[in-house]
Amino acid sequence: MGNMIKVGMADMNTCAGADAITTLGLGSCIGVVLYDPVKKVCGMVHVMLPDSSIIRNNDNPAKFADTGITNLIDMVCKMGTTKQALVAKMAGGAQMFAFNTDNDLLKVGLRNAEACRAVLKANNIKLIAEDCGDRFGRTIEFYPATSELHVKAIGKPLRII
Amino acid sequence: MTGSRLEEFSDMEFDVLKEISNIGAGNATTAISTMMNLKVDMQVPVIKFLEFKELAEVIGGAENVVVGILLALQSDIDGMMMFVMEKKAAESIVDGILPGAGGGAPAGERDFTEMELSVLQELGNIIAGSYLSAISSLTNLCITSSVPYLSVDMAGAILSVPAIEYGKVSDKALLIQSEFGDKSLTVDGYFILIPTLEAFEKIFKSLGLTL
Repeated sequence: MGNMIKVGMADMNTCAGADAITTLGLGSCIGVVLYDPVKKVCGMVHVMLPDSSIIRNNDNPAKFADTGITNLIDMVCKMGTTKQALVAKMAGGAQMFAFNTDNDLLKVGLRNAEACRAVLKANNIKLIAEDCGDRFGRTIEFYPATSELHVKAIGKPLRII
Repeated sequence: MTGSRLEEFSDMEFDVLKEISNIGAGNATTAISTMMNLKVDMQVPVIKFLEFKELAEVIGGAENVVVGILLALQSDIDGMMMFVMEKKAAESIVDGILPGAGGGAPAGERDFTEMELSVLQELGNIIAGSYLSAISSLTNLCITSSVPYLSVDMAGAILSVPAIEYGKVSDKALLIQSEFGDKSLTVDGYFILIPTLEAFEKIFKSLGLTL
């Protein structure tokens, strides 16, 4: 049983082999995993906002879907794989408070999910599975040895995608 | 504060925020005392300007179950405010107001009934009102709030909402920590005021602070 590598909010990291990687308490944020199922190397980024180009405070690439995913691709490739070999899984993007409004400000979860899908598509990375949306928080753990993404939520059974 | 970023607050700005939080927490304590029919004491609130990853740690960790009450700000100021407490603390408060309704489930493990959720939302309303009247009285701005929205979930997930708003202009968020209690019960409450950048500027400007 290897180590559990932790990824915080607006953070990214990588792992391989018998280790696993996790991020806790995803609300409207999205946890994106990029992995090579053959070489068993992977990376995870905890993204908060869709687009770095429309925000002036954009020093931290991991905060945004566009820069987060592209930087993660580089990080994972440095572990001995290529972009062509990578596939993705993701989770999160919930609407934590039940606003009845069309106010875009409050639907950031949905917009984050859309942005992540778009960036993955633009990079020709196939999204194998996702557990996004709804109204509850999620903790996710990814195991490169099995390519399983474990999704935990309060009061719900474990979901493996 | 400088330009389009919320990096650090100047000493004077911090003093303003401390004053607001002192008055706000004081109002809130009085209101909660009345609601619970207890004499509730309050410690001086502690204000912190924390990085996102530290926010959840302060409230017991990203997976700790908490109650979050969110209100949208309206009228002169845009933004949101949120009040957070650990679920166990919320259970104690609810038991204090509706004794006997708990049903004997172990601490932290029960689901709140409709009535209990209503009580918590009302609590959120009262606390929000307390902070807003503190700001209004200091700044002469007219600020109102929406109805309260409540969520019971992991701290990380609930805090992602204010963190994302702050994330647009900063890598940190402002947290006000207050401890309420009487002889038998002490509860930590966390208050996060999330004005838009323009709203922060309005608040400071109305107090004669130029940025």
